[in-house]
Amino acid sequence: MNGERIAIVGVGQTVHKSKRTDINTAELCAEAVEAALADAQMTMKDIDCVILGSFEPADGYSGPDKWIVPEIGAVGKAGFEMQNVGTTGGVVAATGFNMAASGLFQNVLCVAWQKMDEAAGAFGRGGGGANEYWTGQFPMSPITNFARRTYDYMTRSGCTEEHLAMVRVKQDQCAQRNKNAQLKLGLTVEKVMNDFLLAWPIRRLHMCPTTAGSAAIVVCPEKRAKKVTKKPVWVEDWFTCHQGGALTMAEDPQASTLGYACRKIYKRCGITNPKKEINAWEVYEPASTAELRWMEEVGVAEDYKAWKLFEQGKVGIEKEIPFNPSGGVTATNPIGATPVVRVVEASLQIRGDAEEHQVPGTINRALATAYGGQGENVVFLLKKTL
Amino acid sequence: MSQNIKKSVADIPEDTIVVEVQGHSNFLVTVGNTGHQFMLELKDNKTITGIKCPGCKKVYVPPRSHCPTCFVKMTEWVKLSGKGTLDTYTVVRYKEQYMPKEPPYAYGVIKLDGADTGIVHMIGGVDLNKIKVGMKMEPVFKEQREGSILDIEYFKPV
Repeated sequence: MNGERIAIVGVGQTVHKSKRTDINTAELCAEAVEAALADAQMTMKDIDCVILGSFEPADGYSGPDKWIVPEIGAVGKAGFEMQNVGTTGGVVAATGFNMAASGLFQNVLCVAWQKMDEAAGAFGRGGGGANEYWTGQFPMSPITNFARRTYDYMTRSGCTEEHLAMVRVKQDQCAQRNKNAQLKLGLTVEKVMNDFLLAWPIRRLHMCPTTAGSAAIVVCPEKRAKKVTKKPVWVEDWFTCHQGGALTMAEDPQASTLGYACRKIYKRCGITNPKKEINAWEVYEPASTAELRWMEEVGVAEDYKAWKLFEQGKVGIEKEIPFNPSGGVTATNPIGATPVVRVVEASLQIRGDAEEHQVPGTINRALATAYGGQGENVVFLLKKTL
Repeated sequence: MSQNIKKSVADIPEDTIVVEVQGHSNFLVTVGNTGHQFMLELKDNKTITGIKCPGCKKVYVPPRSHCPTCFVKMTEWVKLSGKGTLDTYTVVRYKEQYMPKEPPYAYGVIKLDGADTGIVHMIGGVDLNKIKVGMKMEPVFKEQREGSILDIEYFKPV
């Protein structure tokens, strides 16, 4: 890639909760920004570019940045707000990376948020697709969309409902070790399988929760990064991939933007065996069941065989495949901020700072993704050394 | 789609095929502890309060938790008299959804004594043609207050 080599030099996130009545949206962002700046050992004075964003319809008002920018002390700084449904945090980070790589800015702050305790039913219609008169006429919410996709996966792979529950239990086990995660439920396969059915085969526990939370990162070009931190997390590559609404790439229901983005980025970075060459994964899965197909699309499992890895107990923090060690999105989902949480978590894994949910051994490379709409993806590859 | 909506949303030919898209979400926006304190003072004591930055010493009304210039937490409350000076204003004469009152009405920015920022509010108790920038203003509170910036009904000339 052209441009400056860049690194994440500071990360921050709030403790994620279902409700935060003690603070407003702007103050929620300030918490994450304070944490990221403290981690980078910087003050707001150092920041010369601010990229921020949320899933704006879930805020309930337009232009939330007009409220947040003053609260985080960013008045007068270069930057702008991004919006791209659940992928928002992904495009916030990708844009921040572009700004740092351009060489025009030395200290780029990316902040994303969602205060979902304030929204009622904002998503029933969401995800139908950008086209209001075709797919938008059907009730294709994330729930129904992932129900259809999951059932499709079951019919093609032979995976059973019990395997879907195993995925959710693994996510919960990871979340219980993450001090910032929201849902820590002590789940068992039986509990998941007896949970309220939303749309076959998706039960309530399979879907991500609504969360009040924010996350922030500070990004610098190489020279500056080496000056400000001993633990830079190098951003090896990133790729954004858009598509249409309810149907997937080029209207082929089996094609996937995640697979497409990963193939592109692996080729550019010379990765031929992702399972070996990537040591930790933070992949945005709005439904626990999506994790199966997406493990296959990112290249850690063979097509339609990921469920067997759960049956064999091979997925987990200390296991062969450390997939979503933070507990992932079914434990915590401040939607617009969720992709930045993925980048923060992947960075902590590389630095060895993930505490209780740290993957053992050296994490040389981690993959983080963003997901939104019905298939937009942003994929990030982070590295320990240049 | 009803012809009424077609007419109110856009003046388009009747034979145009369109799809009705409705917004239907409801939101409750949390003011947070800092905003809560300000609202309580309005409601219980008919008092406008500001918050002071420990760094640059600016007093902000309405309050926020962090100074926009210094990005430090602000916790020092300052009670204000409520009196101030009209900085800018306009008179609204057209009508649309979500307006706070029936036009014509005036709203402006009032710089409160003891504060460094101006607040936006309605101007009342005066002939709309006689409002002047620089007028000394004071707040008129509603009888029934609920903890809202609209607990101040309007600012009137002193």
